Amino acid sequence: MSILAAVSVDVPFTLPIVDYNAIAPLLILLGAGVISVLVEALLPRGSRRFVQLFIVLGSLIASLAWIFTITGVRIVTAEGAIAIDGPALVMQGAILMLAILGALLMAERSVDPSGDVFAARASALPGSEDEKQFTARGYLQTEVWPLFLFAVSGMVLFVSANDLLLMFVALEVMSLPLYLLAGMARRRRLLSQEAALKYFLLGAFSSAFFIYGVALVYGYAASTQLPVIASVLTAKPGQTSLALIAMALILVGLLFKVAAVPFHQWTPDVYQGAPTAVTGFMAATVKIAAFGALMRVLYVAFGGMRWDWVPMMSIIAILTMLVGSIIAISQSDIKRMLAYSSIAQAGFILVGVIAASPAGLAGALFYLIAYGFTTIGAFAVISLVRDESGEATNLSKWAGLGRKSPLVGSIFALFMLGLAGIPLTSGFIGKFSVFAAALASGDTWLVIVAVVASLIAAFFYVRVIVAMFFTESGPQTASVVVPSVFTTIALAAGATVTLVLGILPQPVLELVSNAGLFIR
Amino acid sequence: MTPWLTILAIVPLIGSVILVLLPKSRPTLAKQLALAISLVTLVLTVIMALQFNGASSEPFQFAESYPWIPAFGISYSVGVDGIGLVLIALAATLVPIVIIAGWRDVDTTSDGSVKGYFALILALESLMIWVFAATDVFMFYVFFEVMLLPVYFMIGRYGGPQRSYAAVKFLLYSLLGGLFMLASMIGLYVVSAQVTGQGTFDYLSLVGLEMDPTTERILFLGFFLAFAIKAPLWPFHTWLPDAASAAKPGTAVLLIGVLDKVGTFGMIRYCLPIFPAASEFYAPVVIGMALIGIFYGAYVALNQNDMKRLFAYSSMSHFGFIALGIFAFTTIAQSGSMVYMVAHGLSTAALFLTAGFLMQRANGSSLIFDFGGVNKAAPVLAGFFMFAALSSLALPGLVSFVGEFMVLLGTFQRYLFVGGVATLGMVITAAYVLRLYQKSMTGPLAPKLVGMPDLGGREVIALMPIVVLTLVLGLFPAPILNVINPAVDRVMTTIAATDPGPTVSSEGSGQ
Repeated sequence: MSILAAVSVDVPFTLPIVDYNAIAPLLILLGAGVISVLVEALLPRGSRRFVQLFIVLGSLIASLAWIFTITGVRIVTAEGAIAIDGPALVMQGAILMLAILGALLMAERSVDPSGDVFAARASALPGSEDEKQFTARGYLQTEVWPLFLFAVSGMVLFVSANDLLLMFVALEVMSLPLYLLAGMARRRRLLSQEAALKYFLLGAFSSAFFIYGVALVYGYAASTQLPVIASVLTAKPGQTSLALIAMALILVGLLFKVAAVPFHQWTPDVYQGAPTAVTGFMAATVKIAAFGALMRVLYVAFGGMRWDWVPMMSIIAILTMLVGSIIAISQSDIKRMLAYSSIAQAGFILVGVIAASPAGLAGALFYLIAYGFTTIGAFAVISLVRDESGEATNLSKWAGLGRKSPLVGSIFALFMLGLAGIPLTSGFIGKFSVFAAALASGDTWLVIVAVVASLIAAFFYVRVIVAMFFTESGPQTASVVVPSVFTTIALAAGATVTLVLGILPQPVLELVSNAGLFIR
Repeated sequence: MTPWLTILAIVPLIGSVILVLLPKSRPTLAKQLALAISLVTLVLTVIMALQFNGASSEPFQFAESYPWIPAFGISYSVGVDGIGLVLIALAATLVPIVIIAGWRDVDTTSDGSVKGYFALILALESLMIWVFAATDVFMFYVFFEVMLLPVYFMIGRYGGPQRSYAAVKFLLYSLLGGLFMLASMIGLYVVSAQVTGQGTFDYLSLVGLEMDPTTERILFLGFFLAFAIKAPLWPFHTWLPDAASAAKPGTAVLLIGVLDKVGTFGMIRYCLPIFPAASEFYAPVVIGMALIGIFYGAYVALNQNDMKRLFAYSSMSHFGFIALGIFAFTTIAQSGSMVYMVAHGLSTAALFLTAGFLMQRANGSSLIFDFGGVNKAAPVLAGFFMFAALSSLALPGLVSFVGEFMVLLGTFQRYLFVGGVATLGMVITAAYVLRLYQKSMTGPLAPKLVGMPDLGGREVIALMPIVVLTLVLGLFPAPILNVINPAVDRVMTTIAATDPGPTVSSEGSGQ
């Protein structure tokens, strides 16, 4: 420290104090991401897959294991830019576990007859001579893995960013790889690329809102650190108009990632077009990361303006629940249906966020974990249901599937019941937690709307069960492909967590309520 | 102490799992196993019931309680009072009967998955026992909702042509009620947290909870809506005829005979004791709904051409009587309602099962016009049908008469006019029941039915227990009243209701 200070005479520079122990999970992932890029560049094609899988799963597990060693850490580090606290650790842990399942899904190579679910070369134009050549030669790519690792690193950072600028960086580190991953489906490539482009353009647009909001906050508080903003707000009561505008712009950026109405337009296209493994991974983890950042911004920076944002967020929550559930009814594609379902679920989680109480935070965390595992399991099933043209995502092809393949049908029915919030599944306990928190905070009307939306949502979840079990199977019925051990593990984990969190939720409920509040 | 209720609930559940694991190629083994397990459950229920102490001062006997989700004050708590015991016994009795009667019901309609149907019946039995035994409101809610799933699959997978529509309608209607109950239940939890500092779902702690009158009325509505849909009361009944006509006879028996009783059970177990003031406030509305239901159900039944729909509307009319008895707030009427619940379970089983046997012999048709003169071709079947019909119209000497009479007597004590009007409902009941019997059983034999066989041994075995119980309990209702009365007295004490004085009684009952 003293040496550096001596070098620069004019501008005194102090080395930032970084608690490397607390941010090690992030560093492991970023390091693994860099090595993963090098592997792509240096290793021969044949050995890449094994090495990449080793790096990906190894770093995810190492990072997760590290989090288990620092469960008691509550610290703001890196000059106030990163906050490692209970909720951050819970969300990081959940993201990593779901990322492991997502990695397993993406590593699956035995469901598609051509060998992989990802395009042979992302750079080859759809339908071009190049692409045909690559496919004919049986090229398989492993470039998804560095992208995947950077996306996970971004999420892990996103939930612990305590400074709006760092949060923006994390947002981009998380999003850019996801835009690319969305465009890499091997089949229906145009649809996939269209999804990627839409996701990118709209995502960039929402990022611009976010960064504009950050600039205005800086104008207001002369800082982008969340606790500083909070203290400036208390210091200057009554002069909040600039802060209000800034907050609205920042929320646009975050609500886009959450997929809340009216910032949800990208969701169905991206969910449908992206490779199913990526959709499952993204649906589960981005939701957690985005809600983590949203809650941190709302509670830590703008907690003092609660009376300003609660009405606005309530309207958004109501719209999100109703629009998501109602439009889902008319969907005939199962991936689009789950996209609208994810919008509706975001609305239910917002109910917990709006409660703005410790119980609301704990409820939202539980809901996110429950939703993540159920969703990733549901997409795992979708990746197995295929016909000769690839995945059979049209609901008409699911008719009679439960009679043809009772085991997979029953597991998918379990996921649907979980998402519908039927008791003895994790979704019910999640709904129960957030509704209880909202009622305790006096948001009676919000809960009543949520109950009505739950009923509407139950209709389309049940419709899938009707198609699978109550309809005769015919020649159009798709088949269930027998997966390798990768997808089997992910599927089993999703189903187990959905059931166990429904029947014996106490340990996880304790975990989320002991996580405490966001550190200031 | 033996955890009777848990054992009772778990035995059919384990049986259900074993059935699912059996190979598809052994349907008969699955049926035999299902029957054996249901009989074991029945025997266990009888053994438990014999140990029940009617004079005990404990609110719940055979009580067990373990923490389940302490974070929300939720426990796994079971226990029975007389009301719960009688309904568990009803469920345990009807399940083996339904299994015997439905022995061949799904042989042709199930894509070979015969075991699935019987596994669902056993799973349903287990859930029904838990729902009647739960003494934790959250636990009750969980089983109240989960119970829908086996029935949903039983209708949707094994039912008639309209099964998919009927199953979804049934599920969504029930979920609608269930979700409002969920909101109310959470509200109750929040209130309990505010009043006692520690939120709880324990039934006995929630009874007598001090509440703001407005809150109490709102919370009551959530619970009541769920129960009114389940029972079902007018105007929440429209799912029932569809479900009953799409379901297999056995499914319909369990659905209307036992499952719908959860609605009326819920009213007397949860609505009245937890929200006494609100119950009194809304009593006129409920009584109005019950009265409309009695007449509307009976009137529609009078004009039905489909037997299964007729039974559904007739049940709706009977549920009107049961709800009337509960909200009349007299001991006799409430005891009568409980007896009537059992009686209705038995008479519904008799009606649906005999009608089911009849329909099998007419290629599945349930239209009354397709039948006629059955008493000439199949006198035994016609005889059972007659018995079922008489049991439905509450002939003196049968258990349904005991229930109906007590309900009316108790209602007269408090509401003379309502009692008088309700009595007229009995007349319409007699009209549609006898019309049904006349059209389908008497007259010249319908050409379609020529050569129809009479009831076989299995079918008679299935019906005999119902007949015996209906007669025995009708002539000698003391065993059932002895266990019900203390429970009803406790409800009346809890809601601080007193029976009207003898002056009103002597004027009102007008004997």
